[in-house]
Amino acid sequence: MEKPVLDIRNLAIRYAGASRDSVRGVSFTLGRERLGIVGESGSGKSTVGRAILKLLPTAQITADRMQFEDIDLLKTSEREMLKIRGRRMSMILQDPKYSLNPIQRVGRQVAETYMRHFPATKAEAKAKTLAMLEAVKIRDPERVHDLYPHEISGGMGQRIMIAMMLLAEPELVIADEPTSALDVTVRLQVLEILNGLVRDRGIGLIMISHDLNLVRNFCDRVLIMFDGQVVETLRASELDNAQHPYTRGLLAAQPRIGDRRKMLSVLDRRPEWSQEVTA
Amino acid sequence: MQNAQLRLKSVSSQATTILITLLGLLVLTFVIGRMMPADPVRAIVGEDATRETYEMVYHQLGLDRPIWEQFLRYLGDVLTGDFGTSIRTGQPVMQDILRAMPATIELATFAILIGAGLGIPLGVTAAVNKDKWQDHIIRVFSLFGHSMPIFWTGMIALIVFYAHLGWVGGSGRMEQFYIGMVDERTGFLLIDSLLAGEMDVFWSAVNHLILPASLLGYSSSAYITRMTRSFMLDQLGQEYMTTARVKGLSRGQTIWLHAFGNIRVQLVTIVALAYGSLLEGAVLIETVFAWPGFGQYLTNNLIIGDMNAVMTCVLIVGVIFIVLNLLSDLLYRTFDPRTK
Repeated sequence: MEKPVLDIRNLAIRYAGASRDSVRGVSFTLGRERLGIVGESGSGKSTVGRAILKLLPTAQITADRMQFEDIDLLKTSEREMLKIRGRRMSMILQDPKYSLNPIQRVGRQVAETYMRHFPATKAEAKAKTLAMLEAVKIRDPERVHDLYPHEISGGMGQRIMIAMMLLAEPELVIADEPTSALDVTVRLQVLEILNGLVRDRGIGLIMISHDLNLVRNFCDRVLIMFDGQVVETLRASELDNAQHPYTRGLLAAQPRIGDRRKMLSVLDRRPEWSQEVTA
Repeated sequence: MQNAQLRLKSVSSQATTILITLLGLLVLTFVIGRMMPADPVRAIVGEDATRETYEMVYHQLGLDRPIWEQFLRYLGDVLTGDFGTSIRTGQPVMQDILRAMPATIELATFAILIGAGLGIPLGVTAAVNKDKWQDHIIRVFSLFGHSMPIFWTGMIALIVFYAHLGWVGGSGRMEQFYIGMVDERTGFLLIDSLLAGEMDVFWSAVNHLILPASLLGYSSSAYITRMTRSFMLDQLGQEYMTTARVKGLSRGQTIWLHAFGNIRVQLVTIVALAYGSLLEGAVLIETVFAWPGFGQYLTNNLIIGDMNAVMTCVLIVGVIFIVLNLLSDLLYRTFDPRTK
């Protein structure tokens, strides 16, 4: 295997004032591939994403290893992180309704990523922004550039978010439930755009989601998280062969079109699974 | 085209609101004038007047007419700019007020500069360091400013800074010695003295202004601090702050470029309203500092029941608030794209 983009060993995260770690013993490596992290609300998947960006100011992060390309994330200072965030790794947030600044034009917000990391004039940043808006398949970039967030649809908002986060050509992008807030009809469209860009540019993608089907279709590998731990890691294509009872439970709770309309099974959560994986 | 129509509609609806408010205000001042336990006739004719004289003045003032006719006449007078004559000074009320206003405006303007200059940074600091020691200290500081009666702090401050330390001038707008030395051109002493090139008078005025302005500024900074803090907390918890951090902005940059940028409009509104209450609410401090402004004029006339003057003062306070509200509305529309 090629040199991984990200290599995490035995990651633990504890929020200030909490009596136990919210995330424990999480290990995985990420190449130039698409890795899904799936789990219920509160399973710690988003926390892992934010920990990689070191955006958990009150939490204590410990790990045996947190290597991002040539950078040891365990040793980087906040000052150094400022040059890494947005430039070399970034994150797509869930709902463009809240994740865009309501009183700034979207073009300016996208351009801010560029201005932050490259010595560029406003005109250069604007040209880059327009090109990027075009890359996320926005038909009339000049017009959209000058719109405010409340004037655009959710699907377009999320494409703008993608443009903002990919503008500086990062090596790693974390997508935290990127389509949960969108209409079902535009989900696929947005995912296709993200997928295309990630593939063309050779970006490592971590897709955090609670949607098994989405992850099955768009990722190469899947981590299943339960109660702050990874219970199982699988190739997305082999999801149906999952061994762990929790993963099997998640799969069984999915309805299928054309199936007989029997009762769906209820997800089982056994406390012993919380201990089991701890090495 | 449609846009222009919409705009016209919003302007006309705003104008209607203002007219109705003004009318309500006039009703209010009129009612105050009639309800006050002061007898306007007695105030004119004096205690020893004969019954005939009293009746005559009563008739002249129109007090024997039906109440609605009296109101219409009052309305007509106000609309033609006739606010009546002050019994106390014998001058047209408006002329008196215009003479007193610059002193108050000078005081209130300095006070709001101090209040906003102190309150906004403190509010931001408190919000950014929520529940840490900075926050606690700032909250106690602003609670103190909010709850201390200003006439009391005013007297204490006079005793300490004027009587004991001698750092500042005492009451009045300048030293007795300088009174009458500069011509009143604008009524603003600082400007007049500069125009006249009288630097001594200018510094004396600054010296007298600084203490009452600081006290008023402190008390309004208490309010501004609290509001700024809560506006900021609101923004700091928003998801777009995370977006900005993910883009690579430092915490300080997200605070000033994003969060603070987004509370500017709200801040302008509360500072404008605070300024309004300083213009009318400096009554106590003007009394303590013998400041010949609007507040003192109002108090003096209230005490002797000079109704024309009191009614006009109330009217002016109302108009000040309507104007400030209108201004902050306009600012909102200019600065917040969502209201367009």
